[in-house]
Amino acid sequence: MPSQKNPDDRIALLQGTLDLLILKTLVLGPCHGQGVARSIQRQSEEVFFVDHGSLYLALQRLEDKKWISAKWGVSENNRKARFYSLTAKGREQLVEKTSEWERLTRAMGLILGSSPGPSSEEA
Amino acid sequence: MFKRTRSTDDFAEEIKAHLQLEADELQREGLSEDEARRRARIAFGNVGAAQERFYLRDRMAWFDNLVRDIRFAIRQLIKNPGFAATAILVLALGMGVSVAIFGFVDAALLEPLPYTDPSQLMSVNESSVESPRWPLSYPDYLDWQRMNRSFSSLDVYSGAGYILNTSSGPEPVQAERVSGGFFQTLGVHPMLGRDFYPGENRPGGPNVLLLSYGAWLHRFGARRNAPGQTVDLDGRAFTIIGVLPRAFSFAPGGNVEFWVPLNSFSYHEKMRTFYAFWGIARLRPGVTAQAALAEMNPIAIQLQRQYGITGLDLSANVVPLEEIITGDVRPILLTLLTGAVLLLFIACVNVGSLVLVRSESRRREVAVRGALGATPARLVEQFVTEGLLLGLLGSLGGMMIAAGIMKLLGSLVPKDLTSNMPFLGNVGLNAHTAAFAAAVAILAVLLLAATPTLRLSFLEGREGMADGDRGSGSRFWHRLGANLVVVELVIAVVLLTGAGLLGRSLYRLLHVPLGFDPKHLATMSVMAPDTAYKNDEQVIGLYRELVRRVSSLPGVKTAGMTSMLPVQCNCATDRITFPGRPDHGEHNEVDERHVSPGYLPALKAALVRGRYFTEEDDPSHPRVAVINQALARKYFPGENPVGQKIANDESGHPSEWEIVGVVDDVREGPLDVETWPAEYFPINETRQNVFNLVVSTSQDAGALLPVLAKTLHQIDPDLAISDETTMTDKIDATQAALLHRFSAWLVGGFAMIALVLGVVGLYGVVAYSVSQRTREIGVRMALGAQRSSVYALIMRQAGWLTAIGLAVGLVCSVGSSLLIRSLLFGVQAWDAATLAAVAFVLALTSLAASLLPARRAASVDPMQALRRE
Repeated sequence: MPSQKNPDDRIALLQGTLDLLILKTLVLGPCHGQGVARSIQRQSEEVFFVDHGSLYLALQRLEDKKWISAKWGVSENNRKARFYSLTAKGREQLVEKTSEWERLTRAMGLILGSSPGPSSEEA
Repeated sequence: MFKRTRSTDDFAEEIKAHLQLEADELQREGLSEDEARRRARIAFGNVGAAQERFYLRDRMAWFDNLVRDIRFAIRQLIKNPGFAATAILVLALGMGVSVAIFGFVDAALLEPLPYTDPSQLMSVNESSVESPRWPLSYPDYLDWQRMNRSFSSLDVYSGAGYILNTSSGPEPVQAERVSGGFFQTLGVHPMLGRDFYPGENRPGGPNVLLLSYGAWLHRFGARRNAPGQTVDLDGRAFTIIGVLPRAFSFAPGGNVEFWVPLNSFSYHEKMRTFYAFWGIARLRPGVTAQAALAEMNPIAIQLQRQYGITGLDLSANVVPLEEIITGDVRPILLTLLTGAVLLLFIACVNVGSLVLVRSESRRREVAVRGALGATPARLVEQFVTEGLLLGLLGSLGGMMIAAGIMKLLGSLVPKDLTSNMPFLGNVGLNAHTAAFAAAVAILAVLLLAATPTLRLSFLEGREGMADGDRGSGSRFWHRLGANLVVVELVIAVVLLTGAGLLGRSLYRLLHVPLGFDPKHLATMSVMAPDTAYKNDEQVIGLYRELVRRVSSLPGVKTAGMTSMLPVQCNCATDRITFPGRPDHGEHNEVDERHVSPGYLPALKAALVRGRYFTEEDDPSHPRVAVINQALARKYFPGENPVGQKIANDESGHPSEWEIVGVVDDVREGPLDVETWPAEYFPINETRQNVFNLVVSTSQDAGALLPVLAKTLHQIDPDLAISDETTMTDKIDATQAALLHRFSAWLVGGFAMIALVLGVVGLYGVVAYSVSQRTREIGVRMALGAQRSSVYALIMRQAGWLTAIGLAVGLVCSVGSSLLIRSLLFGVQAWDAATLAAVAFVLALTSLAASLLPARRAASVDPMQALRRE
């Protein structure tokens, strides 16, 4: 991965947060795995490092839970790719998980005090 | 989309697509195609790991591994059919035998008796110096019942024989006369009809009876209307009042068909000195057997004093009923179980050692798998699975063998014996045996799984891979294997010695001097109905006619009659005194037999002095007796007994008998008991309606039996005939002979299996060591060792193991033989001949077992042995 940042500065994603990020990414429209990975990395300003193996397993997990659905299609540059899209159930989950997350970060912020830094997201 | 519908291939495809897309994007960002591909791959990380994680995503990994392990284990077993077959067979054999024997132990010793609360049931009797269990007299019984405080109820039973008149002729049947509360004491209720009413057991009560389940089934076709019908016993009509349940059996009574209340008594039975009733009682709650005995003893002594009974020093005997019923077989069964468990142990050790040998040869495989990333736990799992598979297959085979052995042993036990051991009918695969089998199987599996696992922990991965230590042999296995073989050989020696001693006991027993010639003797029991043969003339007339007709049959030499056949028991005894000698009330107990003139000659019992009986010895002539040498030795030492007199109390009348002859000691009692003094009275003097016919023949006695029965029925069709057999068969079927034969054969069978197992174990160890030392042997031979010295090298190793096993085994077997002393007859536990024979057999078979691998060692080609590494 050609990264603009030093790899040491990147943060490994925590279990659970990845699911939320995937759902959030897919809310914009169907996307394949590589696209999701790129999108997360880009949107987090390259802070998050997405382990691809974990990403695909997370996709599979969400698919098994019927939060997302998948089908094989063709990418913009004419490559075969498996496209994921959000289901109705997935949308509900996104709303729920987002509010959960906000409550969590708020609570963490309160405990850790006035100086919210990037490290608070680690929690 | 369902979980299982997505294949790993599809997932792999997706990853491929990802790498492609990533590479495309990197290329767009300005990298070369190759560099883009490389970067994409690096960024993805471990593709294989991702695929494996996908594969394992929500499977039960352990189950998956198990399936794979089982498949692998099966492949391993199929690859080595010799190993698999040996291991499974050995395990199955050990398990089968021990489970089968346990089945018998369970039925005899663990299953409760078929009565209510059987632990509270006691056998309550008198006890004399000669016999710890001495039956009660009826008056004593009534007093005991009245005086005791220990028992909630006390009842008696007494065996009786009747002639049952059936549509196909008269038939002798076994019955038991019991006091009224007998079944209540046992806690048994009739399944049909009713128990005795309280009044029915008083003297003069009605002729009623209860049927055993067997009699109901076979004689009344299991018809529900049987109660109410009548049965003709001894010419009297008995009304059936009920049928006993199927599970009910009363071992001391044997195969009893009819249960009659004790409500009519013979002249003797009313006497206080006529001991013929066996007591059973139920303890009151909280009373122990000891406490009951402590109460009954003074009662017994007080009654004796009160009624001035002398000669017999009677006290009380109170023991759990269970002991009476299963006490005889307990030591035998426990001996057998010990043998079976030893055998099982050998089998497990053998299979364990086979598994060890294999795990040795798989060191390299294990090391490679470890190096490829298998965790120790995963490796252990593999071996545990293999142990599990072997154990399960072996257990399955074992259960089949157990079922077979139980059936076989059950059929080996003769009918006469089973009627006294009704619990043998319950031997089979039930919850208890299944639990025992499961426990054994689990232990076996644990052992099989643990041996290679323990071995594994000694393994150093790298060392194993190097494969170099194959030639130097594994010291660990060497030591362990050698120790195991020594243990096996010790066990084989112990069992072989046991079998040898029991075999010699059996031989001694069957060759004990009988005092007569059992060959060419036909015997049968005859019952003449009381109704037709009431007085002396009628009975003596029957005797004479019988002897006349039978003697004229072709092939018959002599015909005689006796009240009791020889080699049965020291029962039907008499208490004698000697007129003219002071009587201090000694209890001179002797066997009493009533015999016809032809009886002793038919037995070929040697006459030592005087004469046999003649036809003139009947009620119209003076009373005469013949005694055996034991009686002459004991009571007439250094005197000529002929012409002297003995006195007894014959049917309530004091009588004197002049001794007219002395015969050699005919063994009246069992084979394993010293011959008792015996007296013979002329059968014509004391008529017997029940007697045994003994006929000596010139050829095969068995062939004459049907002719004899036909002849008897020609004389009188109402004669009831039973037990037609030859004397040799009769002796073979006695309890003593059966028990000794049974134990000798069983322990012999065990010993054979143990020997085979031990020798297989020895072979395994030596063969393994040879295969491990191929290189060493090759070097020795390359350096000039002769083949004979290679032979010696291997044989010396086997010889040492055998010698140690033999030495320890012989010491142990003397100890174990002392434990089975009660089963030995005429042989000492340290019988030198047996020990020498065992040593010889073991040495010979060990030699044979080690010769094979020694030959293989000696035929090693040094060039090849060295090149192999």
